[in-house]
Amino acid sequence: MFEIEVKKKLHASHGSMLLDVTLQIEQGKFASIYGKSGAGKTTLLKILAGLILPEEGFIKAASETWFSKEKSIHEIPQRRKIGFVFQDYALFPNMTLYENLTFVLPDKKNKKRLLEIMEIMELGALAHQVPAMLSGGQQQRCALARALVREPDLLLLDEPFSSLDPEMRYVLQNEIIRIHRHFGLTTFMISHDPSEIYRLSDYVIEMDLGKIIRQGTPSEVFQHKEISGKIQLTGEVLDVIANDIVYVVKVIVGNNLMNVVITKEEALQLQSGDKVLISTKAFNPVLMKL
Amino acid sequence: MAYWLAGTKTKFKPVLESIISLPLVLPPSVLGFYLLLAFSPNHWFGNFLNHYFNLRLVFTFDGLIVSSILYSFPFMVYPVQAAFQNLPASLKEASYTLGVSPSKTFFKVMIPNIKPALLSGIILTFAHTLGEFGVVLMIGGSIPGITKVASIAIYDEVESMNYDNANQYALVLLVVSFTILLLLFWFNRKRNKNHS
Repeated sequence: MFEIEVKKKLHASHGSMLLDVTLQIEQGKFASIYGKSGAGKTTLLKILAGLILPEEGFIKAASETWFSKEKSIHEIPQRRKIGFVFQDYALFPNMTLYENLTFVLPDKKNKKRLLEIMEIMELGALAHQVPAMLSGGQQQRCALARALVREPDLLLLDEPFSSLDPEMRYVLQNEIIRIHRHFGLTTFMISHDPSEIYRLSDYVIEMDLGKIIRQGTPSEVFQHKEISGKIQLTGEVLDVIANDIVYVVKVIVGNNLMNVVITKEEALQLQSGDKVLISTKAFNPVLMKL
Repeated sequence: MAYWLAGTKTKFKPVLESIISLPLVLPPSVLGFYLLLAFSPNHWFGNFLNHYFNLRLVFTFDGLIVSSILYSFPFMVYPVQAAFQNLPASLKEASYTLGVSPSKTFFKVMIPNIKPALLSGIILTFAHTLGEFGVVLMIGGSIPGITKVASIAIYDEVESMNYDNANQYALVLLVVSFTILLLLFWFNRKRNKNHS
């Protein structure tokens, strides 16, 4: 069980705000942190990693205490068993992929695990390339592999898929699911994409202005309880087009484009970029084998 | 020093940066004059060095080295500081979260990734020191065989109308300086090519 109760004053672009987070996550769960930019998501992740010092509270990881204001405990990042995947991957440009992975091993004992990880992630062929020669997806896999070699208890992912194209995202999401199951790691992932969160996580934490505003399973957080449709999809609004007396909204769901007819009142509340839920309950969907 | 400057948030940073930049702005004779005063055995600092380290810095070769280091300091500090500031913070953070100690992170991650800036710094400092005149004249006093440097030698030769000798020295300096700069730019170009 990870128990977190931290407070820290942050200086954001729109003035100062108080990051005030209390949460508990069971061991081995996959939790996503969702929210607008500037909500304090990355700061929370860095506090967990020990890169930023909170002002008050405690962080307990199973039987260990990583931070406690009361007992003046502050474990440095090096002593916390964590793996951190940064948004920009932060691969060391002066080392090959293999050196990036071995650099962090204190001795050669863990080599078996290293080889296992390289095999799972299919990195063997790229071992002697430097990061600048790798594609975004390959760099991402390398960063993930590097975060795993030290056998962390906690995996922290800061928008790991944000700079990848949808296809690569899908492949790597599967990879993360596989790795999460294989190693049974407790994972925190920052994400802006509800469909990604649905696919990957057991638990969602929605943050705004430094506070948790909602938390629970993905369906609890993203779906209003009164809707119990037969089909529920989440997507992003691309465009709202006026068409005679009705409005047509173009929504991208995964890789598919859908047109949904809405009223003028509804159209006024939507703009491109909004996340939406599409559901239907009156009609039975038709399913055909392809 | 550069690493510390790149990361520090102290409010004295502008003061420190100004002190480091002084040699860029001050006439070399001003710097030389104050160094001469400070290093002289009559001053407490010169006295202290003489007494505890048996170090005499006025009119000696050691003095030339120390004053040249101070004089060329900004040429080393600025490129290196800028390079450290341009490195993404996540490199250091990633290294820490992977259990790597700060000193190993510094030598194995930070330093190798600012190599071009280090090289530029070293070469510029060297070239700048080579062409140094005022400070070495004040501190060294141009004693033949000890503190007489090439740039002063040229001046002396011209003063005594030995244009041939002056020309020889000058030509050597010109060729050496050009070669150094050529190597620097050639190396940087090659490096940029490898990276793109």
